[in-house]
Amino acid sequence: MGRITLDKVSKSFGEVEVIPPLDLTIEEGEFVVFVGPSGCGKSTLLRLIAGLEDVSGGQIRIDGKDATLTPPARRGLAMVFQSYALYPHMSVRKNIAFPLRMAGQDKAEQNRRVEQAAAVLNLTDYLDRRPGQLSGGQRQRVAIGRAIVREPAAFLFDEPLSNLDAALRVGMRLEISELHKRLDTTMIYVTHDQIEAMTMADKIVVLHAGVIEQVGSPLDLYRAPRNLFVAGFIGSPKMNLIPGAQAGRPDAATIGVRPEHIAVSTESGQWAGTVGVSEHLGSDTFFHVTCDGIAEPVTVRVGGEVDLHYGDRVFLSPDPKQIHRFDQAGDRIA
Amino acid sequence: MARAVTNRRKAINTTIGWTIGLLMFFPILWILILSFKSEVDAIRGPLEVLSADWTLESYAAVQARSDYFKHFLNSVTIAVGSTFLGLLVAIPAAWAMAFVPGKQTKNVLMWMLSTKMLPPVGVLIPIYLIFRDVGLLDTRLGLVIVLMLINLPIIIWMLYTYFREIPGEILEAARMDGASLRDEVLYVLTPMAIPGMASTVLLNIILAWNEAFWTLNLTAAKAAPLTAFIASYSSPEGLFYAKLSAASVMAIAPILIMGWFSQKQLVRGLTFGAVK
Repeated sequence: MGRITLDKVSKSFGEVEVIPPLDLTIEEGEFVVFVGPSGCGKSTLLRLIAGLEDVSGGQIRIDGKDATLTPPARRGLAMVFQSYALYPHMSVRKNIAFPLRMAGQDKAEQNRRVEQAAAVLNLTDYLDRRPGQLSGGQRQRVAIGRAIVREPAAFLFDEPLSNLDAALRVGMRLEISELHKRLDTTMIYVTHDQIEAMTMADKIVVLHAGVIEQVGSPLDLYRAPRNLFVAGFIGSPKMNLIPGAQAGRPDAATIGVRPEHIAVSTESGQWAGTVGVSEHLGSDTFFHVTCDGIAEPVTVRVGGEVDLHYGDRVFLSPDPKQIHRFDQAGDRIA
Repeated sequence: MARAVTNRRKAINTTIGWTIGLLMFFPILWILILSFKSEVDAIRGPLEVLSADWTLESYAAVQARSDYFKHFLNSVTIAVGSTFLGLLVAIPAAWAMAFVPGKQTKNVLMWMLSTKMLPPVGVLIPIYLIFRDVGLLDTRLGLVIVLMLINLPIIIWMLYTYFREIPGEILEAARMDGASLRDEVLYVLTPMAIPGMASTVLLNIILAWNEAFWTLNLTAAKAAPLTAFIASYSSPEGLFYAKLSAASVMAIAPILIMGWFSQKQLVRGLTFGAVK
């Protein structure tokens, strides 16, 4: 259970069309991430699937059945919100049990399933607390617990980790991935953070201004971005995008090279330049090099520590097999 | 950074505060004093009033002449009844306007408030005639209905303000969790809005308790609340200050005591959302 099909789904707010007609299929058990900059329509798309917004056109099918006009409560989906959206006046136990109570389950069954979910999420000791007495990570786990007990056809996550600090975010990322493996249920996850998208997704949907730019596995997107937008959005640090003429490649309007695909040498190479700011992460070092004849600084990634300093002359050589070419319209040249 | 406050400034502010407070409380204090004086002493000058003997004769006279308890029960029924009837109408109305506002919501809110700007006397005759025709004159039910209608705009406005403070995502979460509209209002919205609702209830009970125009004009004997009880002491034969004061003290005492005990709730509700 949990195959979701969007057929020419569109959404307008008044005169403004935020999502032009769009087709997308989410397979059963898949972990799909909607990623894009803020305002790209990814949350709206999720809310359309949830039923919290009405579609302006098109059809949403869940497991083959038309759910376009089905109210959110009856779509069999569970949602985890960015703000957690816990019920502040209820204990953790009651929060998690709420969907079961609404479904008319008896008390014993409610308790059994709440305890089960709490055990999975390490919340057993907190069941009698109120949400206000929990940390951000614990609150997010309660929100997930509330979603799990419903045994939904699919989980919808709306930027669930945005309110957590960086360390907690990494931990929760793993927990959600782990949960997906264990439950084997469809999950749709919205984020603006491409690292979350890359690390968690089976399939990434890159959105830009309500339009799907590319759909594919994280590595597909990384290896063969379909256009300049995807190329610039996926990967950290960003892919270097250099006008073909400046890079000595007249066969493309723009070429793209990822920082990890450029070799640095102090003796010889394709582009000569001067080292600017460098970022030392220990495991890696990022150099921002201003190259002669290239307007934007080129970012280079080097493993470990390298003895290069501000103002040093260096030579950069992109790996010829890893150069992405884009035409005038910004589309990939095969 | 905290502002430095000198002791002198503090003293001045405290004095001003107390002066204003006492000034506002003075009418009630004076009524209280007069109620313990004899009728003859009560009409003298202020200083003579203070030095006159204390007595309970006005209270005794009031007790002997009218049935306080009956009026008290009428007041309770009317105040509580109209407030809760109002809540029944106002909760769904405020929910709709706070969570699914339409293009005209702001105008509807203003329009409702505008009914409070109409002088009640302007609609007295039609309402009186309607009440006479349907047999609601001098009934508690009639007063419950009319006071509910009078205070409804305020109840809706207050609830609307409190509801707006509740994050929409929590209601959406309830919807995703399978809650029907009724469940959503009953189990999620209402418990979260309780502080705001409590102050709405308190304020409206106070307003309904002290409402004098409609209660005096639409009642005679049976449904007369405490306002009518007070008014009966300003009679054509003359004003009986001491008895009037005693009656007033008896009429406002219950609401004063209730207000005193619930002031924390009231202040929290009235300033709800003003600061995060």
